[in-house]
This record gives sequence, structure tokens and C-alpha cells, in this order.
Amino acid sequence: MAENNTYDAIVIGSGISGGWAAKELTEKGLKVIMLERGKNIEHVKDYVNAGKAPWEFPHRGSKTQEMIKDHPVLNRDYPLNETNLDWWVDEKESPYTEVKRFDWFRGYHVGGRSLLWGRQSYRWSDLDFEANAKDGIAIDWPVRYKEIAPWYDYVEKFAGISGNRDGIGHLPDGQFLPPMDMTVVEKDVASRIKDIYKGQRQMIIGRVANITQPLPGRTNCQYRNKCWLGCPFGAYFSTQSSTLPAAMKTGNLTVRPWSIVTKILYDKDKKRATGVEVLDAETNKTYVYNAKIVFLNASTLNSTWILMNSATDIWPGGLGSTSGELGHNLMDHHLGVGASGKVEGYEDKYTYGRRANGIYIPRFRNLNGDKRDYLRGFGYQGGGGRGRGNTSAEEITIGVGLKESLTEPGSWHMNIGGFGEILPYHENVVTLDPNKKDKWGLNVLSIDAEWKENERKMRVDMKNDAIEMLEKAGVKDVRGREGDGTIGRGIHEMGTARMGADPKTSVLNKWNQMWDAPNVFVTDGSFMVSANCVNPSLTYMAFTARAVDHAVNELKKQNL
Amino acid sequence: MNRREALSRVGILLGGTVIGAEVFLSGCKSTATKAGAFSPETIALLDEIGETILPTTPDSPGAKAAQIGNFMKTIVTDCYRENEQKAFNEGIDKFNEACKAKYSKAFTELSAAERTEFLTALDKEAKEFVKTDTYKKEKKAFDEQQDAWVKAEEAKKNFGAVKVKQSYPPHYFTMMKQLTVWGYFTSKPGATQALRYVETPGKFDGAYPYKKGDKAWAL
Repeated sequence: MAENNTYDAIVIGSGISGGWAAKELTEKGLKVIMLERGKNIEHVKDYVNAGKAPWEFPHRGSKTQEMIKDHPVLNRDYPLNETNLDWWVDEKESPYTEVKRFDWFRGYHVGGRSLLWGRQSYRWSDLDFEANAKDGIAIDWPVRYKEIAPWYDYVEKFAGISGNRDGIGHLPDGQFLPPMDMTVVEKDVASRIKDIYKGQRQMIIGRVANITQPLPGRTNCQYRNKCWLGCPFGAYFSTQSSTLPAAMKTGNLTVRPWSIVTKILYDKDKKRATGVEVLDAETNKTYVYNAKIVFLNASTLNSTWILMNSATDIWPGGLGSTSGELGHNLMDHHLGVGASGKVEGYEDKYTYGRRANGIYIPRFRNLNGDKRDYLRGFGYQGGGGRGRGNTSAEEITIGVGLKESLTEPGSWHMNIGGFGEILPYHENVVTLDPNKKDKWGLNVLSIDAEWKENERKMRVDMKNDAIEMLEKAGVKDVRGREGDGTIGRGIHEMGTARMGADPKTSVLNKWNQMWDAPNVFVTDGSFMVSANCVNPSLTYMAFTARAVDHAVNELKKQNL
Repeated sequence: MNRREALSRVGILLGGTVIGAEVFLSGCKSTATKAGAFSPETIALLDEIGETILPTTPDSPGAKAAQIGNFMKTIVTDCYRENEQKAFNEGIDKFNEACKAKYSKAFTELSAAERTEFLTALDKEAKEFVKTDTYKKEKKAFDEQQDAWVKAEEAKKNFGAVKVKQSYPPHYFTMMKQLTVWGYFTSKPGATQALRYVETPGKFDGAYPYKKGDKAWAL
């Protein structure tokens, strides 16, 4: 407690939105401390597996029985693997309670999931910001696209988003770096889809936070497709590659790893937060940090957990609970439904390089006059590539013939998988489990969420439309698939401290500012009022930069 | 291709369902391996089996140079589920017995032609094995039992059960062949000599020229 613990601003969390908050605040001249609950990961230096060849991993990237035993949740989908195991949460140290199945994949370290994210980056439009109001569900978004558009411009320029200007009204174009190339087969399928559906459905190259031209301190994408091992070229946007160096450059940032924020400290007379209490994850000692502004960016569910543990002497449900919405309206995207098939021909074409990106088919349901028996819609991600192994290998048993057939490229294939919107249901909720505790003796979160009839109906279309589009586009042997798209698997948790126009029904105002503590800003996924069907991180970036601008202006006006 | 899609396609690229690689997607239980299951002799035998499945050719070494016996040991020991380990280990005994019965010699003592003949026959046997009524019946019963276990576990809120349930093992030779193919093409000689591997491609071309005889890219 002896050290100087007073800063202008505290940022809780160091992932995508926390990194942005730190960059913006420090660049505006504020002295900032960024608190991260996990270990430090240093750019390049700590990307220990990024330079390894596939054969340098004893299990060739696969997972062992021991890993499965230690990571029962991570084991439920692709994240459990040998190559970046240290970047996923230690489940024994940090358990949670599932009232219903909820797959929660977490990264507790500097950079958070910005090191691990899928990097697909799409703007929202008024189709999405107006959706709740038009459908009469939940509450209206307190903002519209024109207010957010300049902030999308701002964050895209810095983050570096490659993409094509496709001119699609409900998926606005942005400040793009040159797009990545489509494969010949993707181009073929895309042009057929455009013709068949008369422009109502389109297949575009993914808009991705991998840079195709150098940016300051960063080299353009080298097409290694090893992003989630950390990129030694800094070619994809992460806290480490982008926002952290910018923030450090100001000389105004202090980063403190191993800092579990247990509560935001609140002065009930001033109705302001005064700082935070930190439990040092290594020493178990408690520290207090004070600041004029607090940015809460601990990732949706953990930010909510912190709020639930804060100011409980005044509100038993925690800071922000007066609305009755804190912890409610948990959303994600549902996935696991799609189709794939073979594409004949193009034997004289192949691909060069491993493109860490795919194609995107923006939403086409429930718009332009289309009306379904469910609300909202879905998009598809996927790709068309050439496989390895001649099909005749099946008949070839062993020996030279088998070897030769497996060293040739195979046929081309096309694959698409849906990402669907989940509606904000008040009853999809997280609470504090009164019984279960983590390694540090802190009560853990209990998650009670599921998707419902609207999502189930949408999944029927997601599968049938995928099959139909591929078949109509000339893809052969098309097979639909439907996996268990359990909630959580999208790794897009959103909504548990939503914004709104009315403090009675929302936790934050339109500036991501807490109604109950105007100097606390929550700008991770928890502010989301609806989910849309696009990947959300770009939207967190835009709202974070906007919230910092507002916060610093308010601070100057002495309103905070 | 994005990460989620890439990983879901591992099985497809390897030519169907691959045990061990499939463990990647489903799971296995922790168990102690039978002591001595992978003696140096066993590893040497697996090297020779692997080399017969994917032999040395003029342009590239075979599976033995990829230390395929050691790879099989690593994957079976660390990644296989308990029942798959058992099937694999018992398979080695069955393999030796079958070889003795047919040639009155150990596999390592056979000529190259005999080795190929023996494994070709085993490959046929393995493919027919899974088509027999007995196998299908046993598999069905096994799967049902596993599904019932998953249901019971989920009722106890063990939501990860579905990803650790066991699957009924195929013929042991199918396992050996799959491990050889997987291990070889992800090994250094396999990836860089039998296939092409570029560590840092530097660019992406979606319409790269291809002519017959050019090798496929390693993943």
C-alpha cells in the first residue's frame, strides 16, 4: 500500500477493448494503469511456438489425455490443442458453474483473447441498431449508425482491416487495406451466387484484421496461418501488436499483470467510483488503486462479475444492479450448421500461401422483403480450397501407390458455416454462485443460458440455405451438417451490462457510462443490446474509442 | 480459410476419420499404459510396418525415416483412449501371430515382397472387418452404452461428457495405417520431401498454376 497508487485512469483488462481504452486514454495525456489478472505475454519474445514447424510438436498439434483431463471445457471445441495451451485459462484455478451447458473459453493474460481471436471484422448498420425497436423486443439501442460510423473509420485505420469495398447496404464498407485474394473456386461460386440470387445474396472476401500493407511497427501478413501462436510480424491486430505499443509510446501507461480486480470502490456521497481493489494473483496481497476514471474491460462475463462484487453495501446486487438488468440478456452467436461439397475442374489451378481468412456471405434473411418465421438472420463464413490426396487413394491399399496418391493435390471443395444471431433474453443470466469458489477464494459465476425457439427455427434455414446455395452454384456432393452449437461456442459473450436510454432498463448510457457511477465506463461486449450475426470485436473497438473521447471531454468539463 | 473451419477439416484431409486426430475433436480418458507395450522391438516392428505402408521412393524417404514407430508410440500412449490403446496393443500381438501363422517367420524377417503381400491382405481384412455383422452389432451396443453414459453424466451436469465418450475401435491395422499416414505427412521428411512446405509464404495466390506431378502442400 506504500507505493503511489493514484492514476488518472484505471483500465481493467488488457484484451481488445482494454487495449484500446489504454491507447486512447494515454494518447490524450492521462496517466493510466492497466490491470490484467493473468501473466504477461511480451510481443514476439513470448510467442515461443510461432517459429516451430508442425513436426516440432510431439503430438503434431493434437491433444493428449492429460490435456483433456485438465481442460474439460476447452475440450468441448477446437481451442484445446498442443500449440498454444498456455494461452487458455487454467480451468482448475478458475472454475465456473453451469446451470445449463455453456462453453466458456477464456484467455487470462496480457492481450487476453486479442491474441487468439478470429479477426473477422464487420461493421454494423442501422438494420442492426434499429432491430430491437422494430421487433419490439428488449430495449432500443440508444445510438444509430451515423454516430458510430466515424469511430469505425477511426479504429479501422489504426487496427488495419483488409477487405473489399462491396457496396452492401447492411454491411457498410470501411477504411480497408487491400483485400486478400479469393481462390478461383471462391470466385466462381461467388459469381454464380450473385447471378442466381440477382445480387440479393453475395459471397465476399472476409474482412479481416490481418494487414495487407505494412503499418507503423508492423509487417504485412505473411500467409503462414499461425495467427493464434502470436505473430512475430505483428501482422494481425492484437493488444501486443497494436494498442499496447502505441500506449507505451506515450510514456503514460503502467501495466500490472497478476492483478485480479475484486471490486470497484464506490463513494456513495459523490456517487463516483474512487478506484479499484486488486488481489495480487501471485502473492494474495490486496492493493487499492485510485483514479478519476475507471474503464471496465475484463471481458463480458468477468466485467459483470466485478460489478456484482462492487458497492454491495449500497446495492446487494452490486454496482449497476438498480436497473435489474445486470447479468441478464447474455448473448452469443450460434454456429455449427453449414454445408460443404466438391467442386469439379480447376485441375490446373492451386493455391499458394496459407490465407488466414475465408469468404463471407452476409445476412440475406428477413431483409429486402424476405420474411421468415423467426427474427433476424445469419451470415456464413467458409472457404474454397484444394485438398490433398487423390480420391482413388481409397482403393489403393498400401505401398508406393498409396504414397503417391497422397502426395498429389485432391479435388477442390467449398465449405460454408453459419453464424446466427441470438436474441437478448432477460432470463439468460449470470449470477454469483454462493458456494463455489476459485483458487483465490472468490465466488465464481454461475451461468444459466440457452438458445430458444427463434434460434432453432433459424438453424433450419441456416442448413437448408447453405445446401441450396452450394448446389445451385454448381458444387457437387453437397452435404449439410448440424453440430451442437451450444451457447458460448461462438466465444462472443455479450449483453450482461447493456446500454440504453433509460436507467430503469439499462446499466449504461449511450456513452458506455454507468448510470450509477458516471466515471465508470464499460466497453467490452457487456454493453451490447443485441447481438447481430457478425463478429463483434470491431464494434467494441469503435465504442471504446468513442467512450474514451467522451470521458476525457467530460473530465475536462469537470463533470466526472 | 479461418481457424474454426480449418480444424474441422483435419479429418477430411487425412482421408476420413482418424483416431488420434479425431481425439483432437472428441477426447479420451487418462490411463496407464501397459508396461513394455512399446519395447524397442515393438518400435522397430512399427517402423517396418510403416515403411511398408509408405515406402521410400526415389524422391523421398519412407515412414521409417520419419521415425514412425516412435510417433505411433507417442500418440497411442498420450492421445488414444483406453479402449483404443487396448485394441492397438492387442493388435500388435495379433499381428505377430498372424505373420507367424502365414510365413512361419517374424515380419522383420520377411522379404519386401512378402511384407507387401501380408499388409495388403491385412488391409483387406481390416476393411472387411468393419463390414461384418458381428462388428456392426458390437459397435452398436458399444455406442448405445456410451450414449447412455453421456446422458447420465449430463444429468449430473458433466456437460463435457459428450466429448470424452469412447468410440468402438476399428481393426488394429486401420489404426496402424492411419497413424502412419498422419505421422509421415506431418513429419519433416514427409512434409518437406514427399510434400512441399514453405515456412513463410509471404503472399497468397488463389489461382496458382498447377501441373500434373507438382506435389501437394503440406499443411
